[in-house]
This record gives sequence, C-alpha cells and structure tokens, in this order.
Amino acid sequence: MTNEGPATIEAATVVKPQDARLQMFAEFWHYFSINKGAVIGLFVFALLILVAIFAPLLAPHSPDDQFRDFFLTPPAWQEGGNAQFLLGTDAVGRDMLSRLIYGSRFSLAIGFVVVTTALISGVILGLLAGYCRGWVDTLIMRIMDIILAFPSLLLALVLVAVLGPGLVNAMIAIAFVLQPHFARLTRAAVMAEKTREYVVSAKVAGASHLRLMLVTILPNCIAPLIVQATLSFSNAILEAAALGFLGMGAQPPTPEWGTMLAEAREFILRAWWVVTFPGLAILITVFAINLIGDGLRDALDPKLKRS
Amino acid sequence: MLRYILGKLALIIPTFIGITILAFGFVRILPGDPVLVLAGERGLSPERHTALMHQFGFDLPIWQQYLTYLTNILGGDFGTSFSTKTPVLKDFLVRFPATVELAIFAMIFAVIFGVAFGIFAAIRRGSWFDQLTMGTALAGYSMPIFWWGLLLIIVFSGTLHWTPVSGRIDLLYFFKPVTGFMTIDSLISGQKGAFRSAVSHLILPTIVLGTIPLAVIARQTRSAMLEVLGEDYVRTARAKGLAPRRVIGLHAFRNALIPVVTTIGLQVGTLLTGAILTESIFSWPGIGKWMIDAISKRDYFTVQGGLLLIALIVMSVNLIVDVLYAVINPRIRAN
Repeated sequence: MTNEGPATIEAATVVKPQDARLQMFAEFWHYFSINKGAVIGLFVFALLILVAIFAPLLAPHSPDDQFRDFFLTPPAWQEGGNAQFLLGTDAVGRDMLSRLIYGSRFSLAIGFVVVTTALISGVILGLLAGYCRGWVDTLIMRIMDIILAFPSLLLALVLVAVLGPGLVNAMIAIAFVLQPHFARLTRAAVMAEKTREYVVSAKVAGASHLRLMLVTILPNCIAPLIVQATLSFSNAILEAAALGFLGMGAQPPTPEWGTMLAEAREFILRAWWVVTFPGLAILITVFAINLIGDGLRDALDPKLKRS
Repeated sequence: MLRYILGKLALIIPTFIGITILAFGFVRILPGDPVLVLAGERGLSPERHTALMHQFGFDLPIWQQYLTYLTNILGGDFGTSFSTKTPVLKDFLVRFPATVELAIFAMIFAVIFGVAFGIFAAIRRGSWFDQLTMGTALAGYSMPIFWWGLLLIIVFSGTLHWTPVSGRIDLLYFFKPVTGFMTIDSLISGQKGAFRSAVSHLILPTIVLGTIPLAVIARQTRSAMLEVLGEDYVRTARAKGLAPRRVIGLHAFRNALIPVVTTIGLQVGTLLTGAILTESIFSWPGIGKWMIDAISKRDYFTVQGGLLLIALIVMSVNLIVDVLYAVINPRIRAN
C-alpha cells in the first residue's frame, strides 16, 4: 500500500501528449462552436471543398462545351430557360452551373497556394527578424513596410504586368503582397516569447538557434498566424478574382469566377445571370471563410476567452 | 510632440528610398531592355535604339541611373508618359481630383452609416438588430466590389433607370474645371441641372467604394463601444443618474472614437485599391482607371510614376493618421 501512493499520483499527473492534444482540441471546439456563424461558415466551406473535389461528377456538362443553339439561355425557372441548363448559359453557350462548379477548384487552389506561400516566406522572415534583431530585423521590417506602403491590388497588378498576365503569376503577386502581414505577426509573437523562461531554459540546455526558432518558439506563435491565414485566404480569393476581372489573372476560357465576370461584363444589361452567379459564388466563399476567421479569433484569443 | 513627429519623419526616409528603388526597379526588371519593351511590337532600327537608350540614360551605370531618377523625383519630375508625351505628374494631377471627390463621398457615406450601425449594435448587444447588422457587415467586408458595382448597375441603371451607368456628369454639360470636383464646379458653372447630374453620377460609385470601409468601421465602432461601455467611468456616469443618451454620447462614444479614427485612417489604402475597381466599372476618370489603362497600354513610365505617387500619398496619409492619433491619445506620445 505504501508503495502505491506516489505511483498513482504520477500516473494521474502525467498526461499522454495525445490526450493533451485531444483535450486542447476539445477546448478549442467548445469555444469555436459557441459562434454559430463560424460553424455555418465551416459547413459551407467543407461543402465547397467537396464540390471542388467531385466537380467532374457533379457538373452536368463539361465547363468548355459550347452548345451553339443555346447562347445566353436564361436560368431554367425563367421564361425561355431550358431544364438542361439550370443556371443558364453564357454568351458562347457554355453551361453556367458547370463552369461555376469547376471554378470552385480554381478559387480554393488559389487560396491554398497563396496562403501557403505567403505563410512560409512570411514566417521565415518574421522569425529571423524577431530572433536576430539588430540590422537583420531593421532590414527585413523596412522591406515589409515598403511593400505595405502600396495599395495591395495595385502592387499585385503592377507585378503581374511585369511577370505577364496569368493565374500562376497572379498567385505569386498576391502571395508577395500578403506576406508582410505574416512577417509582422510572427516577429511580434517571437519577440514576446523570446524572453520567456521556457525559451531561456531551452537555450541553457544547449538548444541550437535553429531548434530554438522552429521547435521551441514557433509553436507558441501559431494562434495569431492561424487567424491571419484564414483572413488571407479570403483576401487571396478576392484579389485573384479582381485581377481576373481586370484581365490580369486567369485567362479565358478558364472558368475562374473573376475571369467569368470579366467576360460577362458586356452583357450585364441583357443577361443578368451571367453576371450574378459568378459574383455570388465569390461572395459566398469569401463570406464563409471570413465567418470561420471570426470564430477562430474568438476561440484562439485568450483575452476574449476569459471575459 | 515635435520630437514625436520628427521621429516619425525620420522613419519615413528609408521607406521613401525603398519605394523609389521599387518603382525604379520596376522598369528595369521587365524582360528585355527597357527601350525595346517600350517600343513594343513596332520594332526599332539599331541607330534609333542607341539614340533612345542614350536619351533615357539607360546606357549609364545602374546606380547613376537611380541617382538621376531620385534627383528628378525630388525636383518634381516623375517621368513622361510614353503614349501621351505629357509629364506623368501633370496627367496625375488632372485625374486626382476625380478620385479624391469619389473617395471623400465614399468615406462620408461609410463613416455616417458605419458609426451609426456600430453604436446601435453595441447598445443592443446580442439582439436581432446586432446580429443582423454584424452579419451584413461581414458580408459587406467579403464583397467582391467589382461584382457589387455591376449588380447595382443592373438594378438601378438597367431596370429602374434611376442612375446613370458611367462617367462623372451628363455629356450635355460642359464647363471648365475650377476645383476639379464636379459637384463644386457644376455649382460654380451655374448651368441648370448640372449639379443634379453630377450627384446622380456619384451615387452608385460612392456606395460601391464605401461598402468595405462601412463594414470595417461598423465592426470597429461596435467593438470599441462594447469595450468602453464596460469601463468604470461609464458605470459611474450611469450610477450618478445621467440620461442614457448622455452616457453614450458624451462618455462612451468620445472614448470609443480613438480606435475608430485610426481605422478610418487605415482605410485610405483600401479606398485606393477599391478606386481601381470602382473607377474601372463606372468609367470614372480618376487615377485608378488611369493606372489600369496605362498597364494595359504598356505605358510603363506612367505606371512607374503613378505607382510612386500613389505610394507617397498612402505614406503621407499614414503619417498624418499617426500624428493625429498621438494628438487625440496622449498615451501614445509617452511611449
């Protein structure tokens, strides 16, 4: 009996890392799900991902098929509509619904690629600036200030003008204008964490600079980065669509939503559906992601949690 | 206070140099040599090519080219447009008032509605009004404004015929620009109906450009109000029996105003980004449309000069906001 006492206490206090993670997630979900809007946003976003993955199965037609007898056919419920084309057809007889379904692939891919690129480069620069300080910090942060001095869409436009119009170049340009936000956030978080005791003790224990930066400090700066990543995701989709709309992003006949709007522009007073649906798709996607972003901020911000 | 302003100014110098390097580098990183790029597909004889290289100073070492560029800018020379052959600064100044007029109207619209909705949402926290306003604000914040503009055109110009589709004023009216602001110039001209026409042309672009700032200001006002309403001095004001209107208007709102003012200042960049899209939709002859046209015409000197001028404006506005912020909030100065 006497020997069992300390052993039980040990078993009770040492929580397996897996359990701890599970508990953290449960706590996160508790706070996240309080925000009903965020849950709805997450649901819509999940649905969009499914639509993007299963686009070939869901789309009634190929996005590039031109039905020559059905130019600018109105949606099925309107007079002159055709049940074959639920949301109508565009000026060259392509099915709107199919193009919108395929378009979700582009928007989501743009979001993922741009945010990943901006996040990785921004975090590296922010880590270096916050960890090294001195001239490295000054140099990096001045460059970030310079990028932020330009209106983001204008800088992206000019970069695309240099690189040549196209989806890939548009994504590079948008990632470039979005990454200073990540760099600033990471730097601020690193500077706040750097002098904490756990970092000092890891340093005393002989951890290398790289280990201190990536393994010790970085995981503790994640929360604001996740929120920023969500906001950047929606920004990336909006800016890519804007570039497409201005003719500098994805090029026709790509069924990218912004590009579709650009093509539809001349028909706005004749065929409302070719203008309305692509924009609505952008709005719903961006709105859903911003709802998730709001929920994440509430769930991950410790200041709000306690109040 | 003066030291604070001087400190801020000193910080701006490296940013200014960086911006000029970026604008300078822009024409240099174009593939091929700049003269060939500017000549486009027309082609050039070797003699003409050498002459042009010399004329633009492209045959000098790169640092010397940059120094010349910097000196020119400090002397107010932002290059010459390749397509109109007029100085970029002149082209810019002709169009700038149109953008400023639109931006001012958009900002007034955004501030009036944003602050009002924000305050009422905060006072009735958790009510259906609060939820509806904040939901709409987030939708406004997520709005692809180029699409929003097209929708408004379909409804108000195409279907209801209430507003004109594009431009700043009806073609019937013509007068010499005095201030560059169409609403003021039309009044000065004294032509009947001109002012009305100018205002009707402003309505849709104002709504489109003001939508995102409105959403941001409404959200910011609400959260600033909520924070202030929980403070001790507001409770004290309530406890001593002041009318709710006085507590909210005098005690709470004035203090909630500080973050709101900053937000308004920060929206200037958003406004300029929005202006590019709004002006493009409504054929509004401002700097946004000018830049888009220059990019599509490959008029790189205009793009270069315009980019720099716009960045300088954003930078100056941010400086003014910083200083104003310090004036309103003494705590910032102390830090």
